[in-house]
Amino acid sequence: MTDFRPAALRLASPSILSRRDLLRGAAALGGVAALSAMPGAARAQSGLTVGFIYVGPRDDFGYNQSHAQGAAAVKAMEGVTVVEEENVPETQDVQKSMESMINLDGATLLFPTSFGYFDPHILTLAPKYTDVRFQHCGGLWSADKHPTNVGSYFGYIGMGQYLNGIAAGHASVTKKIGFVAAKPIPQVLLNINSFLLGARSVDPSITCQVIFTGEWSLAVKEAEATNALVDAGCDVITCHVDGPKVVVETAAGRGAFVCGYHADQSSLAPEKYLTGAEWNWAKVYTDMVSATLKGEAIPNFVRGGLADGFIKMSPLGPAVPEAGRAQFEAVKAEIEKGGFSVIKGPLKDNQGNVVAADGEAFLETDPVLEGMGYLVEGVIGSTS
Amino acid sequence: MAVLDAVGTGGGAVAALRRAEPVIVPVLALLAGLVVFGLFLLTQGRSPVEFFGYVWQGAFGSVFSWMNTLSRAAPLLLAALCVALPARLGLVVIGGEGAIVLGGLAAGAVALPLAGVPAVVGLPVMAGAAMIVGAVWIGLAGALRHYRGVNETISSLLLAYIAIAVMNHLVEGPLRDPASLNKPSTAPVAEGLRVGMIPGMDVHWGLVWGLIACAVAWVLVERTRWGFAARIAGGNVRAAEVQGLPVGRLILGFTALGGACAGLAGFFEVAAVQGSANASLVAGYGYTGILIAFLARHNGLAIIPVAVLLAGFDASSGLIQRRMEMPDATMQVLQGIVFIAILMSDAVYGRLPFFKARG
Repeated sequence: MTDFRPAALRLASPSILSRRDLLRGAAALGGVAALSAMPGAARAQSGLTVGFIYVGPRDDFGYNQSHAQGAAAVKAMEGVTVVEEENVPETQDVQKSMESMINLDGATLLFPTSFGYFDPHILTLAPKYTDVRFQHCGGLWSADKHPTNVGSYFGYIGMGQYLNGIAAGHASVTKKIGFVAAKPIPQVLLNINSFLLGARSVDPSITCQVIFTGEWSLAVKEAEATNALVDAGCDVITCHVDGPKVVVETAAGRGAFVCGYHADQSSLAPEKYLTGAEWNWAKVYTDMVSATLKGEAIPNFVRGGLADGFIKMSPLGPAVPEAGRAQFEAVKAEIEKGGFSVIKGPLKDNQGNVVAADGEAFLETDPVLEGMGYLVEGVIGSTS
Repeated sequence: MAVLDAVGTGGGAVAALRRAEPVIVPVLALLAGLVVFGLFLLTQGRSPVEFFGYVWQGAFGSVFSWMNTLSRAAPLLLAALCVALPARLGLVVIGGEGAIVLGGLAAGAVALPLAGVPAVVGLPVMAGAAMIVGAVWIGLAGALRHYRGVNETISSLLLAYIAIAVMNHLVEGPLRDPASLNKPSTAPVAEGLRVGMIPGMDVHWGLVWGLIACAVAWVLVERTRWGFAARIAGGNVRAAEVQGLPVGRLILGFTALGGACAGLAGFFEVAAVQGSANASLVAGYGYTGILIAFLARHNGLAIIPVAVLLAGFDASSGLIQRRMEMPDATMQVLQGIVFIAILMSDAVYGRLPFFKARG
């Protein structure tokens, strides 16, 4: 997902004074280098070249790392060359990065992984490079609007947050849990609601306080929010920001339990980490690349959940009690069986409006959930 | 150096050398910076030759690379002017990012009721709105400076944070297109109101307007009485006031003009690149502009090559990552070293013996 932030802070890029002379000097330097090294030549293309683009650093313990792990799995495949770029903002920069991978590296399958890369950037390039397949993470493709060499994929990770909530419900003593969230958009709201409902399936008196930081990656605010939640009595914290590292370390440092998100953060807090909702892009990407290698078409619109191997849970940590483990495993098995609904009536939002009538249930695949604009009863916080 | 010394023995040659000093010193500093970075690479066991080969290839080595570099340079030209213009008055304005963001927001907002209006009318209105908003925003920092004595560096930076917050609020609230679910944005700018590419190039028209703005800024500062007055006031405000120069109006005018340039950059981001206003406007161009302006010594024409070089570094960053599997930070280390080398070279101006007239 995401927005880009780091680059704004990377206060950028100093550089140089130049003039024509300087360019000439650089030209000479470059010429020499090109002649002597010519590493480009070594890159003669045989087989498939796949490009991955990340909006943040690929070792962020979060969203970008989850994709980079997927890329690493593809790299291990026979007959595939992988090229990667990190910290690429959602501006014309990403268009140029994609074109550079196509023109200079011969990439024919691209995974630009940030949500904001889709419109207008992928949609601008796709008609220009019809031989290239653009696979975008976020699930926005629709047949009547978008080119056929574009595909989108996404996973139902809200179920993972529901399972996080079950672990949290068993670990919490104060019956208050906390959520550090980036922006009040549907995907994030579904995660918050799922986390609380998972916890309430253990103990209906549990409440979840949410703090929105307003940005996808803003370490200082994430730390402040985590501290504020712990100060308010929350003893299990989870989050939906690009890189959960700060939240996990801050919460564990304050003695709270944590549930992970995006990737496995257990190494950051081995004692306090309960479990985590992780993307399993390694499976998704290797499947898509194998299909391409075999000459099969990748469907333009792909979605999957726990059962499809799109998402997975981090192994349960030592702090989850026995009863919690049993319920966690039981519900997980039920979700994998299919037909499980987290959002089901009777359910009100935290303003008292009915969002699901008695007997009404929304499957994870239900498109209604993708327009979610509310926080359910029991969540302390506001979407605006 | 010995060579230069030898050359510098003739009278005409000495004069030429002195004129060339502002070019030669930074270029030597640049080369020194590159050498230092090369040594750094060697300590990491990487080949500097390979590295600089890729920088060349990625930034300037082909038509595609040039297009890549120039499209990155386009917003930087205007962003740098937002710093360079007030700087001639001795004002250090670092909040251009705010004017870019609000300029883009204004262009995106104004575009909504303009859908269906011909581009000849619609685009100037959008650009005008963006420039006015940018001018007001940075002009505000100028006004705070002039009327209240508030430090413009701090106020412009803080105004940038406010601008981003305002943009986020409006884009996620009143101006949000309900269809933009997971990436809150204004409604898309109508197809007829998009800025296209320069014919034959893969770069939008913002580049041309950026170049024009740089040239106009140079003429304004170096060749008009207003520019002259601004430079006097930049040298010594008290002396300028004693001379009867309208210092207050100069401050307001130059900050507003700088802000208008940044606002225009925001307009092009929306009309030529993004197609709607959203958080992607916060791309750091305003901050990169600060460095460009300082390296160009706030000279409008010098901004052009500096911006192109900086954009070239950025353009080659991807190739470095992909081919040498080095992290994104590599290019920032290079840029940091070069930046420091050039700033340090300021200290040697007028001190190198071979630039001095002898005899």
